[in-house]
Amino acid sequence: MIDFVVHDEGDSVGVVVVEGVKAGEELTGWVMDQDIDIKFKAANDIPIGHKLAIKPMNEGDTVIKYGTDIGKVVADIGTGEHAHVHNIKTKRW
Amino acid sequence: MSQDLSTATFSGYRRENGRVGVRNHVIILPVDDLSNAACEAVANNISGTMALPHPYGRLQFGEDLELHFRTLIGTGSNPNVAAVVVIGIENGWTQKIVDGIAATGKPVTGFGIEQHGDHETIMEASKVAKEYAQWASELTREEAPMGELWVSTKCGESDTTSGCGSNPTVGNAFDKLYPHGATLLFGETSEITGGEHLVAERCRNDEVRERFMFMFNRYQDLIERFKTSDLSDSQPTKGNIEGGLTTIEEKALGNIQKIGRECMVDGVLDKAEAPTGPGLWFMDSSSAAAEMVTLAAAAGYVVHFFPTGQGNIIGNPILPVIKLCANPRTVRTMSEHVDVDVSGLLRKEMTPSEAGDKLLESMFRTANGRLTAAEALGHREFVLTRLYESA
Repeated sequence: MIDFVVHDEGDSVGVVVVEGVKAGEELTGWVMDQDIDIKFKAANDIPIGHKLAIKPMNEGDTVIKYGTDIGKVVADIGTGEHAHVHNIKTKRW
Repeated sequence: MSQDLSTATFSGYRRENGRVGVRNHVIILPVDDLSNAACEAVANNISGTMALPHPYGRLQFGEDLELHFRTLIGTGSNPNVAAVVVIGIENGWTQKIVDGIAATGKPVTGFGIEQHGDHETIMEASKVAKEYAQWASELTREEAPMGELWVSTKCGESDTTSGCGSNPTVGNAFDKLYPHGATLLFGETSEITGGEHLVAERCRNDEVRERFMFMFNRYQDLIERFKTSDLSDSQPTKGNIEGGLTTIEEKALGNIQKIGRECMVDGVLDKAEAPTGPGLWFMDSSSAAAEMVTLAAAAGYVVHFFPTGQGNIIGNPILPVIKLCANPRTVRTMSEHVDVDVSGLLRKEMTPSEAGDKLLESMFRTANGRLTAAEALGHREFVLTRLYESA
């Protein structure tokens, strides 16, 4: 059972691919490019399609997904926490 | 499936100019907003015809007017269209569109409403539309090599599952079609922001790369000029954000999964411009679904791959839109809109290659005549791109 997927092992976030993830749940992730499994505990309820942090990130850090810069951290994010518009913003526009 | 694409064929309608279509529409095409009522009346009178109403065509000028003509002429010229009746408020611009479509050799007749009124125009146009509908009904499909298919792609209401599931599925299919001479298209200029360096690396040569970056920078300048925020809620859209996409960069990196890992970008097109040979083409275009798909149809594409995450329901009057989705919730709640379910990818129940084959199987069935979900549901979004205000 895969609860979340990660594109590349260097990424700082994964994507929840099942419905109804609750805080405290032990989640199994699949790192697609390297085809390895990892485990993390969800720190928040996270909707399907939304991201969880698989590395701790501080304000000002760059968020990596697909092995590439997807924006900047605007509020500290702990491992297993919901990572979205409340703590990540674009570096463009 | 995994069929041998080098010998694969589909069954389509070979048109007067040699192009092969997969639909056989007789369309009633308004030049302008004023002529929508007459076009809809004709389509209502004559079975087997379809009106394409739209809100523009008056007092446009310059590049915006050129795009208007290019889009309407391109739509009528698309090989999915057998014959065209054009109706405009006056004869001049009507004839310009008739002449543009007539260059393909297909039957086309125009009518100007001034000096006649709606009643007489509808009656005369209906007589021609009836002849066209009966003539088109006798055309038959013939076998054509797969390489004669023109396939476009654009995603919509994307979420994070688009980037890891449905968009890479299109990429896999494109990588398989590309070596066999297919003519492929992607676009969505603003939605490459954050991944422009990756597309630039894939360009065939410096000339293509410079043209791509020119188009990319032109759109960035437009956004910088008119923006009042970081475009959050517009690009990414409200639906994208609801689906878990946070920034334009994240959305862009998911978006460009659609061009696969092996295809090269062989050329760059302006909006509604037709490609001049096989290969993968980039078209400068809006990322709004109906606008981009309308431009792809005007450029001559005959089948469209449309990956969605949250469930964009778009269709097009003349271009069959094949929807694929990897989000299991969307597949469950909006199943009537989904042609190809690739949610198994995210459960490791399906490999990317198997997903690509499943999409190609749907492409052949669609090309051979099976209605897509959007066609069966009556989705006919015909949305013209405007560049600026009318005079």
